[in-house]
Amino acid sequence: MGNACAVVGIGQSERYKSKIKKSMAGLVREAAQNALNDAGCTWADIDAVIIGKAPDFFEGVVMPELYLADALGCVGKPMMRVHTAGSVGGSTAIVAASHIQSGVFKRVLTLSYEKQSESNAMWALSTRQPFSPHLNAGAGGFFAPIIREYKRRYQVPEDIGCKVALKDRTHALKNPHAHMHEEKDSLTLENYMDSMMLWDPIRYAEVCPSSDGACAMVLCNEDLAKKSPNKPAWVLGTAMKSEPTMYPWREEVNPQAGIDCAKEVYAQAGIINPRKDLDMAEVYVPFSWYEPMWLENLGFADVGEGWKLSESGATSLDQGGDIPWNVSGGVLSSNPIGASGMIRFAEAALQVRGMAGERQVPGCKKALGHAYGGGAQFFSMWVVGSEKR
Amino acid sequence: MSEQAKKVELIECPIVLNYNFSAGRAPTQFLRGMKQGKLIGQRSPLTGKVIAPPRGACPESGLPTTEEVPLPDTATVITFTIVHLPIPTSALEPPFIVANLVLDGSDQTFIHLVSGCANEDVKIGMRVKAKWKDQSEWDYSMDNIAYFEPTGEPPVDIEALKASRLEEAKRFLKAKAETK
Amino acid sequence: MREVAIIAYAQTPLVRDCGAKNDVELVMEVVNAVKHQVGFTNQDLDFFCSGSCDYLGGSAFAFVNALDALGAVPPINESHVEMDAAWALYEAWLKIQTGHANTALVYGFGKCSQGDLPDVLTLQLDPYYTQPLWPDSISLAALQARALLDAGKITEEDMARVVQKSRRNAKSKPGTQLKGDYTIEQLLAEPKLVSPLRKHDCPPVTDGASAVILATREVAEKFHKRNAYITGIDHRIEAHQLGSRNLIDSMSTRIAGEAAGVAKGKVDIAELHTPFSYQELLVKQALGLGDDTVINASGGPLAGNIMMSAGLSNFGEVAMRIIKGEANRGVAHATSGPCLQQNLVAVLEGK
Repeated sequence: MGNACAVVGIGQSERYKSKIKKSMAGLVREAAQNALNDAGCTWADIDAVIIGKAPDFFEGVVMPELYLADALGCVGKPMMRVHTAGSVGGSTAIVAASHIQSGVFKRVLTLSYEKQSESNAMWALSTRQPFSPHLNAGAGGFFAPIIREYKRRYQVPEDIGCKVALKDRTHALKNPHAHMHEEKDSLTLENYMDSMMLWDPIRYAEVCPSSDGACAMVLCNEDLAKKSPNKPAWVLGTAMKSEPTMYPWREEVNPQAGIDCAKEVYAQAGIINPRKDLDMAEVYVPFSWYEPMWLENLGFADVGEGWKLSESGATSLDQGGDIPWNVSGGVLSSNPIGASGMIRFAEAALQVRGMAGERQVPGCKKALGHAYGGGAQFFSMWVVGSEKR
Repeated sequence: MSEQAKKVELIECPIVLNYNFSAGRAPTQFLRGMKQGKLIGQRSPLTGKVIAPPRGACPESGLPTTEEVPLPDTATVITFTIVHLPIPTSALEPPFIVANLVLDGSDQTFIHLVSGCANEDVKIGMRVKAKWKDQSEWDYSMDNIAYFEPTGEPPVDIEALKASRLEEAKRFLKAKAETK
Repeated sequence: MREVAIIAYAQTPLVRDCGAKNDVELVMEVVNAVKHQVGFTNQDLDFFCSGSCDYLGGSAFAFVNALDALGAVPPINESHVEMDAAWALYEAWLKIQTGHANTALVYGFGKCSQGDLPDVLTLQLDPYYTQPLWPDSISLAALQARALLDAGKITEEDMARVVQKSRRNAKSKPGTQLKGDYTIEQLLAEPKLVSPLRKHDCPPVTDGASAVILATREVAEKFHKRNAYITGIDHRIEAHQLGSRNLIDSMSTRIAGEAAGVAKGKVDIAELHTPFSYQELLVKQALGLGDDTVINASGGPLAGNIMMSAGLSNFGEVAMRIIKGEANRGVAHATSGPCLQQNLVAVLEGK
């Protein structure tokens, strides 16, 4: 719908890790400059900047777009900051795409980042809620009970979480940007199953790291895409859906907002059977058990069957799976929270452009980028393709 | 600049902000009940479902929940986790169980501790009852309940519980429409 | 460009402290009010977008709780900006331009009474060089006011006149926080708070929320004989470091105003988001508004300033006056950041 929109430049932090030795301005500028270089354009060619990041508690800077205007070449230009919790990297990309699809802008820069080592992410996620008992055990504490229910419903074997984590961490070895590059000999099922239980049933090995980093993209209209030096990725569909964190008898294992969001983005992009019609997917999986759950939520597997798909190796590039998920290493291998959604969206675009180097999925023509946030209640997704339609 | 001069790579900037939180109308009503040792939920006018503790709105309709519904202090474990990592700024020593509970007669989960048994014995569907602190310690707080402990009743099928509660809400709305 | 009108608007009464009303309860008031004004349910709304700032209330994810007020079951198309809701309106306007939506509900809220607002706003500043010095928002505004006075661009009397007008206009609008009749002498006799600013030159701290509904022409025509259409809208940001900026001119307002086409016709009314009295003079000049434009008939932010929603409210205030036939063409303005760093300008016309 609307005007065609293409991704013509992608830039990331050289390496996601904890305590990156750059200022916030330096962090975002690095990713932005990389995206501009890829797009073959300069700061002056950008009409507007759309940035996104997660709660400002992570860095202690309120409304950081104000401080970053200078670093992002935005003086005298429009600048917006999106915030939709964990899904923000994805929503930001979608808002940026709106700028082009509306016909109002020709070429925009979009960027998402997090420098959560500045503050303390675990603390920021488990601040004491006034008038509630202090039992807020962060993201892990929130999702562990939901995972427990998923396992109970479908008698999911105990090792699925570790198997998925191993797959993503193995994928990460081929991604120079990924935070976690584990030693090959520690990447064993035994080692992973042995790791400490944090919020039962989530083990340490099944949890994402806490990373700093930024990811940027240059989006433009069809005319400019034709002139770009590298192959564009075309935005074939975008969707965002939200539901309340809690409501009476809310289905938390397979959230309706995720189902609806996927349906909408697939309809726009002409995807009928996601497993067959998509060549890969970058899906927001911060706790490895969420891969089988999202395989079901996104229609790649029937309800209750997601874990079988994960177990079969279908989502592993190394094992020659037919529907690789998270070849970048995923959130499990790098998680600058505000950026993670955009990293998913960017990786999907990188793949259909054929520019993913060692981790390229061969013949990748259509890919899904997915992000979720809050209590698995905010979903943003896009489908990108190597052809405009 | 002397070659000995160190590069400044890190500065510490403490941030201290003070906030006075006020509970909303709905949480205030609930907390006043807690001070008296009572659990009082609120019903959604549109869906007929009961929310405890209430947060102000019925999230399904966006309407205020106004009708007060007194509730017993027994509940069902809908799901739970065993926390092994300490919560920042909390004195609780792991491992402990944080559970999503639904009070009898209500429809939305809330979190609280489950204790008074071995962690391994806690199951989805387990029946529990509030263990209140000594009345002298009561405040406007859910913390008046130290934890929930097993009642010893057999566990319930949570899908069946959900179905029966949804039926109950429908029955309530029908009765309400008929009395008009 | 698709024609987009504002067909409904609601704002909570502007109060210093709304007491036992949490974010959800504030937002419910305005969201349900605007839906009721046009008889809409969520089925009729294609997109929802909001603006708010976690730090105002002191909890990460405050905007998540506010979602309870929308009745988002079944799930809705929804987004959020950590900015004044005027920018949420911009996002919604773009969404409508893409053809992905025909209607949108936009809301904003701020419960500033819970924290110490000037200190919270200090955290907007460069965290390496500026914020650690803790210059609060009032002190920074004072710097800009001083620059304007010293350059001879404004006088203290000019500032007092803005305050007098605000207090007087606020009397005729229900639900304003600060109102009354004051003489210039009375105002100038007050002691300085942070020189050269007196307390009345600064915005009050206000708790509140506001909401609007946007609709395309096909939908809007069903509601009002005359609708208020957005005929131009643009926003710009300036450099962050105060030393890099020309503080006696509002460059971003000027550019945004030109791009929005303010000068293309007579401006009957303008609702300017100028929380400090001197800022009204600066923004008026940057927009090229004459003395025949009625500025801040609502009383403006000096009469009550809902952080994260005051800019959105300005859209509502202008739109309602156009719909009622009190004006034909108006300007709505929103600002963000220290000393008017970022500005959004829109032109609304009655058709």
